[in-house]
Amino acid sequence: MAKETGIVSWKALELGITILEPGSAGQLKTGDWRSARAVTNFDTCIRCGRCYIFCPDMVYSRNEQGYYEQNYYYCKGCGICAKECPVDAITMVQEGD
Amino acid sequence: MAKRVGMEVSIAAAEAVALADVDVIAAYPITPQTHVVEHLSELVASGHLDAEFIPVESEHSAMSCCVGSAAAGARTFTSTSSQGYALMAEICYVAASLRLPIVMVTANRALSAPINIWNDHADLMMSRDTGWVQTVAENGQEVVDLIFHAFKVAEDHRVLLPVMVNMDGFILSHMIEPILIPEAEEVRRYLPPYVPKLRLDPEKPVTIGPVGMPDVYTEAKMVHDQVLKGAKDVVVEAWQSFKSQFGREYRCVETYKSEDAETILITMGSISETAMTAIDQLRGAGKKVGLVRIRLWRPFPVEELFDAIKGAKVVAVVDRAMSLNGVCGPVCAEVKSVLYDRGARPYLQNYIAGLGGRDVTVENFIEMADQVAARAQRGDPMGYEIINVRD
Amino acid sequence: MVEIRFHGRGGQGAVTSAELTALAAIDEGKFAQAFPSFGPERRGAPVMAFVRVSDTQIRTREKVYNPDVVVVLDPSLLQIVNVEAGLKEGGLVILNTKKSAEEVRKETGLKARLALVDASKIAMETMRVPITNTTMLGALIKGAGLLGIEALRAPIQNRFGPIAEKNLKACQRAFEETTVED
Repeated sequence: MAKETGIVSWKALELGITILEPGSAGQLKTGDWRSARAVTNFDTCIRCGRCYIFCPDMVYSRNEQGYYEQNYYYCKGCGICAKECPVDAITMVQEGD
Repeated sequence: MAKRVGMEVSIAAAEAVALADVDVIAAYPITPQTHVVEHLSELVASGHLDAEFIPVESEHSAMSCCVGSAAAGARTFTSTSSQGYALMAEICYVAASLRLPIVMVTANRALSAPINIWNDHADLMMSRDTGWVQTVAENGQEVVDLIFHAFKVAEDHRVLLPVMVNMDGFILSHMIEPILIPEAEEVRRYLPPYVPKLRLDPEKPVTIGPVGMPDVYTEAKMVHDQVLKGAKDVVVEAWQSFKSQFGREYRCVETYKSEDAETILITMGSISETAMTAIDQLRGAGKKVGLVRIRLWRPFPVEELFDAIKGAKVVAVVDRAMSLNGVCGPVCAEVKSVLYDRGARPYLQNYIAGLGGRDVTVENFIEMADQVAARAQRGDPMGYEIINVRD
Repeated sequence: MVEIRFHGRGGQGAVTSAELTALAAIDEGKFAQAFPSFGPERRGAPVMAFVRVSDTQIRTREKVYNPDVVVVLDPSLLQIVNVEAGLKEGGLVILNTKKSAEEVRKETGLKARLALVDASKIAMETMRVPITNTTMLGALIKGAGLLGIEALRAPIQNRFGPIAEKNLKACQRAFEETTVED
């Protein structure tokens, strides 16, 4: 997509519809696809990083203490992290509840 | 000074690609293109050509490699024929839409079945709507010249599209004839190093080939169509500078004794030379017959073609491919459209000839010219017919 | 324009003969075309190759139907191929044979003017192989006279490298030993 939101004139398209901005997929908000969000209980979390590895988007990032935190801009609510967590520290919480 | 040598046209084509100082060749051998690729691999292996030769496992991979190579900013060449083109076709659309200036020589060959390795224009016509610039050679010299021209056009920043140079399989690819091979320095003057406008570069990342949603796909096709249309001026300009550099002249549409002709034959490719011999004989017999030859197939030279045929009362279009049960053959369809759009309606008959290596002779052209004139006289219904069919 | 048809068997070098003839003519500043009977190559099967030589640009791409000269590399082909097919009125057939013109005519019914040479013998004696392509070029030059024999030197050298001299010798000997009917 040339621009996710804007309708662009054919005269304004880049050569070969190339996207010139690196990492522009990061702008794509997948967070509003979600009906349930992943929430981590850091008391039971063992900082193994499986949630980070298995997340199909870019939700998890490691903080200074070594825990993996969610960025809900991207969380689609797929539940893979909750399923993969070896200590059941992640639960899926219904949005709107 | 150019050197006049006797050489097989495929070998000359490979030498031309080497003179064009190509960076990457990715190709898979297929009859009758094989000698082009074989000779290039020899030139690379022996150190005569400083390029990457990528042997691939299929034509699909060949064009995919070419897409990557051209996207990285390398001068890129490949070559194929027939079934090889069919396998490659998917990526040919991608190469054009992504605006990658790949040059390909197609040794034109029929498509199976029945299995047939000989010449016709089935592959050329299959590639028609991919959005490539397409030129068609009539002899070995033109194959060489059109290869230099192809790189010049493809890499022009006003174009940046792949270019296909068509040469008739066997009839040209396996012919030994005299060819002027220019000096490397002359070619360098005509064809300076390729300067990409945009390329894959780790220092400055870009995304080539993203998805195009319905809100952009139509615009993408619009820009491709406009660029291809505009490419005609660059094609002509590159032929003009070719003439000042090398002395040989090329036009989108060539004519032969057609100025005062009442009947005009239209051809494309190597049969044009045979047709010229037939025209000489017909003129010798006092018949006002002329020839119009299409050299630029895409972008189609609408105005040039109309100018060349507008005076004719009778026109015979010779197609070397079929559009089975379409209105007529593919070249004829273009000619008819050009005439209809301009309100001209000469008597027009379409002859399908030279399929799968069937020879098209001087006598065949004389018969076509006589027959179309007689048909026009009688007012027979217009249409297409396949010549030289055994009953 | 002179049109030549070579008859040989796959692997005997008929295509090479055609090629060398065209290259020699082009080196002399003439125009020429050389092409095989296009198709899959089959060792031993009867094959043909064609040459056109002209002082002016050649502008036809049809096959050669009416040759001025036919060159037959292998005597056994006379039993299975009509080598005279399409030959122009007054055309010449150049044969590799140890037989006399009378014997050839009686056995094959050939009517054309003949040029004869025992090329197999020359090839065996000079090169120790029964490959008669370069040998028959000597006969072609003698019979058709369209080129000087020296014109073949460079193309044969480029093609055969270390064994070029033997080929040139065979070619020269055939040129000398070929008998041409008036």
